[in-house]
Amino acid sequence: MHGNPLATPIGRLAFCSTVASFALHMLCGAVLAAEPRVQLVDPLNSGNWTWTQTEILGNPEKIEFDDRVVIRAPEAAEDSFNVPVLVDATALGGVEQIVMLVDYGPIPKILTYWPGKAEAKVSFRFKIDQATPVRAAVKLEDGSWHIGSRVIDAGGGGCTAPAAAYASDDWEERLGEVRGMLWPDKGRLRMVISHPMDTGLADGIPAFFIQDLEIKSSDGEQVARFELHEPVNEDPAFTLYFDKGRLDDKVTVRARDNNGNRIAGELRSRLSQ
Amino acid sequence: MANEKKHVAGPARMTRRKAMMLGSASALVMGISARLSPVYAAPKSYDLKPVKVGDGLWMIEGATEYFSSENGGAIVNCTLIETTAGIVIVDTGSSRRYGEALREAVSNVTGLPVAAVVNTHHHPDHFFGNQVFKDVPIFALGQTAELARTEGDAFSDNMYRLLGDWMRGTEVTPPDKVIETGVLTIGGRKLRAIPLSGHTASDLVLLDEKTGYAIAGDIAFLDRAPTTPHANLEDWRKSLAEVRALAPSAIIPGHGPVDRDGSSLVQTRSYLDWLETTLNAAANEGLDMVEIMETRIPAQFAEMGAMPGEFIRSVSHLYPGIERSVLPLVNR
Repeated sequence: MHGNPLATPIGRLAFCSTVASFALHMLCGAVLAAEPRVQLVDPLNSGNWTWTQTEILGNPEKIEFDDRVVIRAPEAAEDSFNVPVLVDATALGGVEQIVMLVDYGPIPKILTYWPGKAEAKVSFRFKIDQATPVRAAVKLEDGSWHIGSRVIDAGGGGCTAPAAAYASDDWEERLGEVRGMLWPDKGRLRMVISHPMDTGLADGIPAFFIQDLEIKSSDGEQVARFELHEPVNEDPAFTLYFDKGRLDDKVTVRARDNNGNRIAGELRSRLSQ
Repeated sequence: MANEKKHVAGPARMTRRKAMMLGSASALVMGISARLSPVYAAPKSYDLKPVKVGDGLWMIEGATEYFSSENGGAIVNCTLIETTAGIVIVDTGSSRRYGEALREAVSNVTGLPVAAVVNTHHHPDHFFGNQVFKDVPIFALGQTAELARTEGDAFSDNMYRLLGDWMRGTEVTPPDKVIETGVLTIGGRKLRAIPLSGHTASDLVLLDEKTGYAIAGDIAFLDRAPTTPHANLEDWRKSLAEVRALAPSAIIPGHGPVDRDGSSLVQTRSYLDWLETTLNAAANEGLDMVEIMETRIPAQFAEMGAMPGEFIRSVSHLYPGIERSVLPLVNR
């Protein structure tokens, strides 16, 4: 039933938005968004794509939609507070960063991932506020951008409701807890960090979220890093992927939120625990 | 931590229904109504056929699917119980229109009035037809009534989104009469109330003393994947054992055909066990939810109705909690 997004009521809404923003662009396009340097045909025909291309990605000179950037996710968000996404750009070489975006939502940027020594592939969860195209904008070392897309249907409201943490008394004690492990033989790192990740859009609750997150080897060398934004889910959860043998038995995780709280933990493999 | 945090009430935002109305309005203005799927333009009517399953017992069997604009949400089993006062209806379907069709089917098939309604739990497919039965007592466990009041509007938003026009005019009508334990006697027929939990926080099973049938609500599923949005797997397993201990002569599950040999209890139990084992193993291997959702489902479960969709939904419901208990805490 989610096969054709335009056949669902929410799809109709998105289509209306498309028509509406197209009309606005015709009227005052020059004011709303710069003319794109590269004219693209968005495979999802979304009214917000051009704005994303020019204003969020900085109107790059080399940009294309590219099937080698694969977004894996359920067709519909069962839980608008926890939408799982796996992005895989390993078919491209020389990936510098992966920017995850939504076309429709109050905060378009979810996160940016610099894979560093890891593979150009990562999974995470985010809060969805309405049915929307999700984009993975992958920047290569040569400066070119490669875009993967996928529509996720949703009841929505994930960005504008209070975090579940506030229904419990002990969220402050749990703040900054890191759970996780390494599987060096499988080239895999999994971690979950306890944090409300408030968007600032729920009534009376200011934005409170982890902004910087990095993984370092035991000798202090950076392995990979993230810049996180408000839509990342409460208690952010990530899997990072590595070539087999690339990952040591131990790495450190360091994070900082917008209130200046520092989070640190050490992930180990099962053998080294 | 300087942030002052309070328990805050739910989100204030446009209801899905209002959004839909706006959406349809702009669709007309923009002249794109031709884009609407024919499914939405078709007249909506439910074809409900009560089938006699026991002495003074009928069942309307729902499709073993998930909610869709094609099935109109007619995915649940409703049971009709004959008494000298009229018919007791157990569970009322997913919309006002379903409730109306249900009332008509009761009248056509039994020629009797409706004496009372019982809701087994607070999920929308089991009580959204209540609106049509406001003139008779609507019974449920106290916590079910409370959950229907607090969560009903959010369910309603989602049901309008999933079912579209099938939902027209549906207003959430929570049960208004509380039963807890003991025997509910209506028109001479004795229905033993067994309060359980696990599928939700509050699940009612009725044992019809005349036939020995258990009307199990969603504690038991047969040939349809069990759903877990409010599940507690441990409690659910205990409840399955309690239903078995009643030694019912037959079981009317919440979804799927009448069970005359206890296979709904066995199947529900083995699916819940497989689900938990699978998610635990995934957490021990550091899998992400998307990777688990792509897992191959064993044939015995893959054949159930609403698969693989229901497994994918269950990963969303259950994995964050299971993962939290499996992954070691590394910085305290």
